[in-house]
Amino acid sequence: MHSSTLIIVLLGFMTLAYYMGRKRSLNLVSGRVRDLHSLPSYYGIHTALWCGVPALILFVLWISFEGAVVTGMVVDNLPQEIQELPPERLNLVLNDIRNLAQGDIVSQAVDETMQGAADHYSSLLRISDMALFVVALSVAILGGLFAQRSINRHQRARNRVEKAINFFLVSSSSLAIFTTIGIVLSVLFESIRFFQQIPVTEFIFGLEWSPQTAIRADQVGSSGVFGAIPLFAGTFLITLIAMFVAVPIGLMSAIYMAEYAGKRFRALAKPVLEVLAGIPTVVYGFFAALTVAPFFRDMGTSLGLSVSSESALAAGVVMGIMIIPFVSSLSDDVINAVPQAMRDGSYGLGATRSETIRQVIIPAALPGIVGGVLLAVSRAIGETMIVVMAAGLSANLTANPLEAVTTVTVQIVTLLVGDQEFDSAKTLAAFALALVLFTITLALNMIALHIVRKYREQYE
Amino acid sequence: MNNNLQQQHDRTMVRVQQGLVRRYRQEKRFQRIGLGAIVLGLVFVSFLFISIIANGYTAFQQTYVKLDINFDPELIAPVGETDPEVLSKANYGGLVKKTMREMFPDVSSRREKKVLYGLVSTGASYQLRDMVMQDPALIGTRQSVWVPADDDVDMLIKGHIDLNVPESDRRIKNNQMVWIQSLQAEDRIEKRFNTTFFTAGDSREPELSGIKGAVHGSFFTLMICLLISFPVGVAAAVYLEEFAPKNRWTDIIEVNINNLAAVPSIVFGLLGLAVFINFFGLPRSVPLVGGLVLALMTLPTIIIASRAALKSVPPSIREAALGVGASPMQTITHHVLPLAMPGMLTGTIIGMAQALGETAPLLMIGMVAFIVDIPGGPFDPSAVLPVQIYLWADSPERAFVERTSAAIMVLLAFLISMNLLAVWLRKKFERRW
Repeated sequence: MHSSTLIIVLLGFMTLAYYMGRKRSLNLVSGRVRDLHSLPSYYGIHTALWCGVPALILFVLWISFEGAVVTGMVVDNLPQEIQELPPERLNLVLNDIRNLAQGDIVSQAVDETMQGAADHYSSLLRISDMALFVVALSVAILGGLFAQRSINRHQRARNRVEKAINFFLVSSSSLAIFTTIGIVLSVLFESIRFFQQIPVTEFIFGLEWSPQTAIRADQVGSSGVFGAIPLFAGTFLITLIAMFVAVPIGLMSAIYMAEYAGKRFRALAKPVLEVLAGIPTVVYGFFAALTVAPFFRDMGTSLGLSVSSESALAAGVVMGIMIIPFVSSLSDDVINAVPQAMRDGSYGLGATRSETIRQVIIPAALPGIVGGVLLAVSRAIGETMIVVMAAGLSANLTANPLEAVTTVTVQIVTLLVGDQEFDSAKTLAAFALALVLFTITLALNMIALHIVRKYREQYE
Repeated sequence: MNNNLQQQHDRTMVRVQQGLVRRYRQEKRFQRIGLGAIVLGLVFVSFLFISIIANGYTAFQQTYVKLDINFDPELIAPVGETDPEVLSKANYGGLVKKTMREMFPDVSSRREKKVLYGLVSTGASYQLRDMVMQDPALIGTRQSVWVPADDDVDMLIKGHIDLNVPESDRRIKNNQMVWIQSLQAEDRIEKRFNTTFFTAGDSREPELSGIKGAVHGSFFTLMICLLISFPVGVAAAVYLEEFAPKNRWTDIIEVNINNLAAVPSIVFGLLGLAVFINFFGLPRSVPLVGGLVLALMTLPTIIIASRAALKSVPPSIREAALGVGASPMQTITHHVLPLAMPGMLTGTIIGMAQALGETAPLLMIGMVAFIVDIPGGPFDPSAVLPVQIYLWADSPERAFVERTSAAIMVLLAFLISMNLLAVWLRKKFERRW
């Protein structure tokens, strides 16, 4: 791999620069470290940073923009009539050129211009690779030499290195902010473009969802209607079922663990239940589709009910199982946070344990429990793989848990997986759905975290 | 008067006594409900594991058929030919077909022949080609070769095909049954350990598909994820815990990190699609982009765990270091970080385990492509283990069901060992101050 070799060479240069800087600083004072401003290793690190960091920044920038620049240059060299193609057709041609350059299969007959463009493309890539190698290494050498030359007795190497580290610390912690901004911007921009094509009111209040847009005018059943109510309803139904499973089981097991269970039982049962939290969602999805859904269907048949093999019930129950440990560990925390004095007071008045739990502990812990449940709801709404594998694809506006419904996340996946053109309403709809999803989960999290924090302060 | 009070007291006692039975009954019931909830949870865990293992353990074996192949020089190349170009292009499929015809000479119609050829996997011809390429002296000789059976035959031998179903609904027809029985009578059918499953990439043919490509893809993705999220996560935690002034900006950062920890993973996938693929033009379905997305996703987990680890280092350590003249940065890098490192590593391993099992964001950045080649680096297109499970779960063939379960077993084995490692680390280095 070309770029990994470059990285390894750069790391080697940095090590070399470290030793050179260290040695020079020691030579300057002929081994008397006390005469230096900083310890010799700081001069080494300072030199190594000067050698590596500019070159690495250059490398990252180069890699990020190489694709776009090279593609632009190839397009400039294409004949006029290809350049004037609409963007999605042009993209197809470019893809073919790329595949041709890599020796893969292409979608159309290869003609003279295509072959020429592919050759041009691969030669540009080669040139770019070579240039990057040469430029990055010379930047590294120059930076290292510059830093090594500038070493003197009074240079404040430690302060400079610490400044660099501090800069890294600050930017690392700001990355969280940039991630959030990135999420908001990337989802928002595409959503705005979607709402330019489909009015917001139709999206939020429409009762029919059928994102397939007709390719030919005479096609049947491909109207391209984007009314998201059936998706919200489906998401709500599945979340509701999941909560019906997760909240009682999770809460009761947390209560039993905190109030009744002996030490040994706790030590055994708790990790086993936590296993449920560590299982990947794709495994739950497979479990739901392969075992639970057929089980419900067969049970329904024997009871004389018609249960869809992609019923909301199966997906919801399995999702509930997934969320049990989430609910139980959050409730466990809040139940343990209730001060012992309240329990003792209740026992002193003659209440039994269950009465204490029901009439003292749960009311006292209620805000925390509600917060935990809200977090669990936001988790269930955003859960993807279980519903993708076990719930339906067609939007059904129904409250019957035995029928197949679809959810917001399922639609995002189906709209974006596979071939996509980036400008169609169909693809953009996924971003609009993601905006809704992000907003709702964000709001739920904010409220839940607020409640939980308020509650903690109350007892601390 | 005294008597009256006494009576009242007695009455109350009777009422209390009467109520006590009810209350104790309630107490018992409540306790049983609690125990029942836990037992139900445990039942779910065991049911899930049993169903996966019961479905998947057979995938670690594969049915092989013994063929007596006559390496006919007419079909391959003249004896003594060593040119790899010629050898690789020879008609090995014809060789397999000819052998099958010789074994069952009474099969005559075209349709029946086609069904007959379908008993062995299409991979058989590749196996023969590799044999001849490795040892050209085989040409002209007769060898007994074990080749993989077709997935339907495999399913029959493993007992997954119900023979009571009418023939038209069955994947294995009656005439195939007769052939298979005669092969079995000659001891030409055998189940062996399925090495293909661990050494091959994905394939459309269940008997030729394996998880090696996905395991490699997962490895590269996790490496990229670790390389980014660990240093950045630790740095962010150090800044927020040790250096950050208490002001609006750091408050915003904290709220942000807590919220990011709860953002649905699929939204991170959309971020990756919009930023890394559409804006920076990075290629689709490569571990590099997958690792970047997963790094952003696991960052909050690592930051939160690292901060807890830093918090647990007592202030006296810092004060001592500062007291002997270390700079704040030296205090952190020389004294606090090494003491907090086990806790940080535990958090990182848990974050990595989470990333290893994550599927949804990777679907968004195109890691669902059908990729046969085993990736050699983070820039090669590849699948990852959970996505491979998702793809196989979607395949209609019965043989893919057991392979999906087997792949899940492998994934769970990785996850459990990572979690055990984290527990061990915590146990070994946990320190009470």
